[in-house]
Amino acid sequence: MTRLPAIFALAVIVVAIGLGIGPVIGIGLGQGMAGASPFDGYLWQVLRFTLLQAGLSTLLSVGFAIPVSWALFRTTFPGRNLVIQLFALPMALPAIVAVLGIVAIFGRAGLLAKASGVPIDIYGLGGILIAHVFFNLPFAVRLFMQRLDGVAPEPWRLATQLGFSTGDRFRLIGWPAIRSGLTGAASLIFLLCTASFAAVLTLGGGPRATTLEVAIYQALRFDFDPARAGALALVQLVLCAVLVALAGQYALQMHGGASLASRRYGFTPASPGLADTLLIGTATLFVAAPLLAIVLSGISASFAWSAIARASLTSAAIAIASVVMSIALALPMAFAMARAQSRAGQTSFALAGVLSLIVPPAVLATGWFVLVAGFGLSRWLAFLLVAAMNTLMALPFALGALAPAARQVLLPHDRLCASLGLGGLHRLWRIDLPLLRKPLFFAAGICFAVSLGDLTAISLFGSQDLVTLPSLIYAQMGSYRIDSAAATALVLMVLSISVIILAERQGRQS
Amino acid sequence: MIVVDDVRFAFEDMLMEFDMAVGNSEFLAVIGPSGSGKSTLLNLIAGFEKPLSGRIQVDGRDVTDEPPELRPVSMIFQDHNSFAHLDLWTNVALGISPRLKLTANDRSRVDDALARVGIDTLKRRKPGEVSGGERQRIAIARALVRDRPILLLDEPFTALGPGLRREMLDLLLDIKGERGLTVLLVTHDPDDARHAATHVAYLEGGKIIAKRPVKEFFAARDIPGLKDYIGPDSG
Repeated sequence: MTRLPAIFALAVIVVAIGLGIGPVIGIGLGQGMAGASPFDGYLWQVLRFTLLQAGLSTLLSVGFAIPVSWALFRTTFPGRNLVIQLFALPMALPAIVAVLGIVAIFGRAGLLAKASGVPIDIYGLGGILIAHVFFNLPFAVRLFMQRLDGVAPEPWRLATQLGFSTGDRFRLIGWPAIRSGLTGAASLIFLLCTASFAAVLTLGGGPRATTLEVAIYQALRFDFDPARAGALALVQLVLCAVLVALAGQYALQMHGGASLASRRYGFTPASPGLADTLLIGTATLFVAAPLLAIVLSGISASFAWSAIARASLTSAAIAIASVVMSIALALPMAFAMARAQSRAGQTSFALAGVLSLIVPPAVLATGWFVLVAGFGLSRWLAFLLVAAMNTLMALPFALGALAPAARQVLLPHDRLCASLGLGGLHRLWRIDLPLLRKPLFFAAGICFAVSLGDLTAISLFGSQDLVTLPSLIYAQMGSYRIDSAAATALVLMVLSISVIILAERQGRQS
Repeated sequence: MIVVDDVRFAFEDMLMEFDMAVGNSEFLAVIGPSGSGKSTLLNLIAGFEKPLSGRIQVDGRDVTDEPPELRPVSMIFQDHNSFAHLDLWTNVALGISPRLKLTANDRSRVDDALARVGIDTLKRRKPGEVSGGERQRIAIARALVRDRPILLLDEPFTALGPGLRREMLDLLLDIKGERGLTVLLVTHDPDDARHAATHVAYLEGGKIIAKRPVKEFFAARDIPGLKDYIGPDSG
């Protein structure tokens, strides 16, 4: 009986995704059959660049994160906790906001260019890499620090007793701990960069430096070429499916972040040396400067209040709709996963949760776009499609928050509830929902933030009648009203970070 | 001779005070309830914790401010005594040189130590591929190559079954005899103390309530709290 809603949720997801990839496969194959091959030089170039930028982004992020996390882990200095908290921010920040901050620092008229007098062209591979490292370096640092935190105190004590140098400690304890998370972190970052949209859209340099995700958007919305979009989407679909098949299991192991205060190691943290200071200082500056730039340029900028207010309302409405839908889908699935007896049952629900990783938004959008093209894209239909896509984007996070909680909280009460004859909706209302209040709140907050920061879905389906905060920023950037864009970005940043902080505070499991 | 001279240490809100002397070649069993400060006492002697006040001396030398690696002490923990990605031989060799710069003589010392604790046939295995008892033998072999006069053991055999435990204690006794070591063993089992120890210290609430020769200790009726700790059956 409890399984029925879960199967329904599963069916909804499968149908939604099927409606997306069906036309993509149809068009892609049809084009191939017809011999009018869209698999031309352009497509290969885009594919190559997609892989190149994702590979380099991963290499740079992970490569710098290893020494930075090691330095941060074993030292103590005033403000250390602040640095660790700062490193949690980029992931919580809407990509378009971060891009604005990065342009303010590294752009043509940015701080760096002004200070050095050397003209910098940020658009192209360089800009994309800076943005991706901005997001993923601090993320990787936190993942690695979590691994280092997980080392028991005894190895550190043993190291002290045996007179290990810092190098010995890294080689024999630190590196093995980091390495245990290396494949997972690298896989996840590579996947995220492959499907990255906002950074590539805004910082890419035309057809030379574009990724599949952005090329699909351009084919659909600018060239009105569903055939090309379909072909690109098919390639992106296969690419992501292969990547998830190769690396998905590692990527899914990664979650959580560094703890702030749990210094239970068997050693006294040192004060940072010159190399540590340089490493931590550079990384901190790299992350903090764009954030500061958003705040500073936002405060003094001219707020287009009426546009901001309208976009905020639209953003909130879409976010609320997608929160409701994500929770409605994720909750029964979490229950079913907690109770699933067979491995196959558990896997199918878990897989449904990550389908949106395999099927990136632009791919899905291509199919939906082709399907609704006949009806015309009314404002309400567009609203619905954006909310639905945000739902699918947020689903892995919702499931990630709810499934472990459901397993922990629900199963122990099964026998008691059965003996009392508590079941069905009555049990859901009286027992399960109150017990799951915190993880539910957390899941809702994360879904809200995902939707709030989304630029992909709104770019694909939005119009002048449907403008959210991220698409308002993009439009303001596009018409060179950088000043207004900065103001809107500040509003969006404050909103996003408030939502995340609220969700973490309220939703933290005791 | 280890002298713990009026050492004070604060752990969370608990103030601990230790004062005792351990003679050379003693085998001191340290018993007491959880949270009574048994591990802390060993950590202070090993140098992993710094006392708020008081001194620690070994054979007349004040080691209070010495870093752990310079103290004449080897410590064996309950678990995590080895590095999981290195084979048993390498784990033991780290006791001689962290960089593994070994002379031919060093190598044969590692081989001898592995043979002495009976794991020489397993020397190319990883710690994850051997049993819990064999993992603790790595730590004992490493202590052998480090060749320090004092051996501290913090509940090293708690996870082992009774037969294996007895076997490990006997190995420890043999090695103690061969090398003339001073041994401090934290344990939860009074039988360990009866079997192997020359002396017993009973700790409670961060203080050493009593420290006596083993026979005297178990015959005593004047140690407050001990009866509740040991229970009515064995006494």
